[in-house]
Amino acid sequence: MEKDKGTSCIQYAFKQSIPVMLGYIFLGIAFGLMLQDAGYHFLWAFAISTVVYAGSMQFVMVTLLSGGASLFYTAIMTLFINGRHIFYGFSFIEKYRNMGKVYPYMVFSLTDETYSVLCRTKIPPEMDEKKVMFGISFFNQCYWITGSVIGGLAGQLITFDSTGIDFSMTALFVAIVVEQWQESKSHVPAIIGFLMSLLFLLAFGADRFILPSLLTSVIILIAARKNLDGKEAKIQDESGISAEE
Amino acid sequence: MNIMHSIAIIAVVSVCTILIRAVPFLMFGGSRQVPGTIHYLGKFLPEAIMATLVVYCLRNVRIMEGTHGLPELISVVLVAILHLWKKNILISVGLGTICYMVLIQMIFT
Repeated sequence: MEKDKGTSCIQYAFKQSIPVMLGYIFLGIAFGLMLQDAGYHFLWAFAISTVVYAGSMQFVMVTLLSGGASLFYTAIMTLFINGRHIFYGFSFIEKYRNMGKVYPYMVFSLTDETYSVLCRTKIPPEMDEKKVMFGISFFNQCYWITGSVIGGLAGQLITFDSTGIDFSMTALFVAIVVEQWQESKSHVPAIIGFLMSLLFLLAFGADRFILPSLLTSVIILIAARKNLDGKEAKIQDESGISAEE
Repeated sequence: MNIMHSIAIIAVVSVCTILIRAVPFLMFGGSRQVPGTIHYLGKFLPEAIMATLVVYCLRNVRIMEGTHGLPELISVVLVAILHLWKKNILISVGLGTICYMVLIQMIFT
C-alpha cells in the first residue's frame, strides 16, 4: 500500500477512519430518524450534519427545534454540551496552522471521534501528513452525513435491531486508552483523567461532570509539569501526537 | 414548525460549536511561538481526555439497578483484552460492539 504515493495517503486515511464508520453511520441514522419524527425531512438532517457536526448536541437539537427553543437557551446548551471540545485543539495547534486551505475545516471537524483517531494515528514518514489528517477528518464527517440522510430518508425501513451499536464509540475510546497506556512511560495523565471524571461524575452527576472534570485535569497537569516534563525528555515523540518529523 | 426560527437555531449551534473548537487556535494559532505550557498540554492532555471520554460514554450506567452495568463491564474488559492481545483496533471495536449488542439484546433483557 505504501508504494503508490498518490492514492496511498487516501487509502491510509480511509483505513484509519474505519473504526469510526460503523458508529457514525448508525448514530447518524438514529439522528436522521429522530429528526424525521419531529417533522424535519432528510434535507434538514443533511444540512445540520454538514454545518453543525456534533454528535450528542445534534440529538439535543431535535428537542430544541421541535420545541422552538430560544436562541439564548440554544447557545447556552451548546456551550454546555460541546464545551469539552475546547481542550481538543491544544494537541494540534502547530500541525493545523500549516494546513493551508483546509485549516478552518480541520478546526471545524474536531469531534470526539476525529480527535481520538488523529491522536492515535502515527502517520508513516513517507506519507503526506496533511493529506492523511484531512482525509481522516473528511471521511468521518462523510459517514456522519451519510447516516443522517439515510435515517431521514429510510430510517423506518431498517428493521435490524441496532440497540447497543453506539457502544462502538465506547469501545474505540477504551482501545485507545489501552494503546496509550502501553505506549506512554507515565500513566499519570490517564490516571488523573480517570480519577477526576469519576470524582466529578459522583459529585455533579452524569449531565454536568465533564467540564469541571477536564478543567481540573488541566490544572493538575499544569501543576505537575515539572515532574512530567522531566520524564518527557527521555520519551520524546513517543506519544506520536506532537512528534515533529 | 417555524422555518426561520429553525434555521436560526441551527446557525446558533453551528457558530457556538465552531467557536468552542476554535478557542485554542484563536489563542495560540497565530504565527506566535506556542507557549511551553500549551505545548506540554498538547502532549499530555490526550491521555487524560481519552480516559475522561470512556467515563463520559459510560456516564449513564446504573450500578445499583437493572443490569448493574454488567454488559458494559464485560464488553469493556473484552475490548481491553482484545486490544492488548491483537493490537488491532477493528477487531477490538468490532468484537466488543457485537459482544455488547448480544448481551443487551439477548442475555440481559
